[in-house]
Amino acid sequence: MENKPALSLSNLSVRYGRGCTFCEASDNELQGNRCPHCGSIWAVRNVSLQVYPGEILGVVGESGSGKSTLVQALYMDVEPVSGDYRLNCYQDGAANVFKVSLPQRKMVRHLMLGMVYQNPHMGLRMGFSVGANVAEKLIAAGSRNVQEMTRRTAELLAHMEVPLDRVKEPPKHFSGGMQQRVQIAKAVANNPPMLFLDEITTGLDLSVQARVLDLVRRIQQELGITMLIVSHDLAVIRMLASRTLVMLGGRVIESGLTDQILEDPQHPFTQILVHSLLS
Amino acid sequence: MLEGYNFAFLDEGAKRQVRRALLKAVAIPGYQVPFGSRELPIGRGWGTGGIQITLSLIGKDDVFKVIDQGSDDSVNAVSIRSFVSSCTGVEQTTDTSQATLIQSRHRIPEAPLRNDQILVLQVPLPEPLRMVEPREAVTKRMHAELDYAPMWLGLYEHIVRVGEVKIGADYPVQVENHYIMLPSPIPRFDNPKLHMNETLYLFGAGREKKIYAIPPYTQVASLAFEDHPFRIEDQADRACHLCGAQGVFLDELFAEDGQKIYQCNDSSYCLKRMNENGE
Ligand SMILES: Nc1ncnc2c1ncn2[C@@H]1O[C@H](COP(=O)(O)OP(=O)(O)O)[C@@H](O)[C@H]1O
Ligand SMILES: [Mg+2]
Ligand SMILES: [Zn+2]
Repeated sequence: MENKPALSLSNLSVRYGRGCTFCEASDNELQGNRCPHCGSIWAVRNVSLQVYPGEILGVVGESGSGKSTLVQALYMDVEPVSGDYRLNCYQDGAANVFKVSLPQRKMVRHLMLGMVYQNPHMGLRMGFSVGANVAEKLIAAGSRNVQEMTRRTAELLAHMEVPLDRVKEPPKHFSGGMQQRVQIAKAVANNPPMLFLDEITTGLDLSVQARVLDLVRRIQQELGITMLIVSHDLAVIRMLASRTLVMLGGRVIESGLTDQILEDPQHPFTQILVHSLLS
Repeated sequence: MLEGYNFAFLDEGAKRQVRRALLKAVAIPGYQVPFGSRELPIGRGWGTGGIQITLSLIGKDDVFKVIDQGSDDSVNAVSIRSFVSSCTGVEQTTDTSQATLIQSRHRIPEAPLRNDQILVLQVPLPEPLRMVEPREAVTKRMHAELDYAPMWLGLYEHIVRVGEVKIGADYPVQVENHYIMLPSPIPRFDNPKLHMNETLYLFGAGREKKIYAIPPYTQVASLAFEDHPFRIEDQADRACHLCGAQGVFLDELFAEDGQKIYQCNDSSYCLKRMNENGE
């Protein structure tokens, strides 16, 4: 593993609601993630993390712990209150991505990042064909050549084992597992160095889950993409991630090598997670 | 003149409101400026957006022309003309070159427009992004952020499905490399007339309460892919059966013997040519 992180995040906070002087002072205790004074939700509070080139970092935590908000902030779907976000592929990490101009942020998002959402409705346009959905990422990155895009789209979908005779169908005709494959094809369309995956197997049948996870592992090996994968399911994290963070109430409560966390969980919440996995 | 009404029907306050919106529209070419659309004694959908622009701009010395899909004599054109005449008394013409203010539905006249003329186009649906995004707040942000990938996606989908972009009228354009705009349902044939022209084009949508503008010498590009360039309707080898004009927008008609014939869509242009030919 190289020393310089591919992604380095310090003190990210994301709030839903207006905030107040009480909850904006970072050392004041909240009720879970909720400010007792103004009722704002601090979905992510002072989270720092590094992802190293080529690794898969796992983030695990119960529902509502802030995992989706974390990756959505990294993919720049939601605006953070504060945070320092460096990507090694963007200006060698010299600029805080949260602070650069909007066109620059868009460029980073379209060219350097990919995202697979838990809910395919967030990542795909259900009224457009599967092919067009994948092409959208190419268009967003500036491609204006139909022939090239169609070729690349077919290549990606084939790679993800989506039957090519279905390229012109809308994703709403597809099964959940197939929709996730389309999302993955779209997410990696521009060969981004960094990929975010949010609960990509939640709600799928176990056999389908296993095949989607295999696919993630395969593209990670073939393309060498650095990944941050989020799940409430420690079993998923265990299969993919070498290192893991545990989130609770918007904060990181524990982090380390996945094996270590499984063998010797420190935080009481992590212990419950691990025990429920083993039982 | 209508008794008991202000010159040009609208009160001066209402006119000033429209003019302010027009100034803003001219300052930001292609940007849809909201305005407080008034009730008029003409049904919405009959050009009330265009009429309000006309009424706000028209002065006693203006010479006014109305055309409806190329015709000066359609019911719609006649009713707008008689309304404007009854509340202003200004001189009316069918001759494009004589007019200082022209209101049009779905056509830009064939005769080249000059810098001392204004063309007001009636707009049924101003928002090019509406088909991909129903929420106004979101489309506004998409315009601001140049988030036009979904728009391009629609065109891409056309090409992939049927080999070309099947948009006959209202073919979208991008203004000064920024705002994507609908030129109102003019034929594609008229799109190039918007580019670097010396005339001021004003667009009014009454129902949707939006005004936008293409000021003189503005860059206006019809959306197209590298390998699928924008093309106007192919009428190259056709001529008007009345005046013999070529390189104008022709309507397809059937003669009494069932033969296809072609005729200038712009009736006053055709008439003028016939008169000149006859001399
Ligand atoms: N759009 C939103 N508006 C208000 N609160 C939200 C919104 N999205 C998430 N939250 C809240 O933020 C917290 C974290 O949610 P989320 O990031 O979805 O967690 P997870 O993905 O771990 O389930 C939860 O308390 C949730 O209710
Ligand atoms: Mg979630
Ligand atoms: Zn508070």
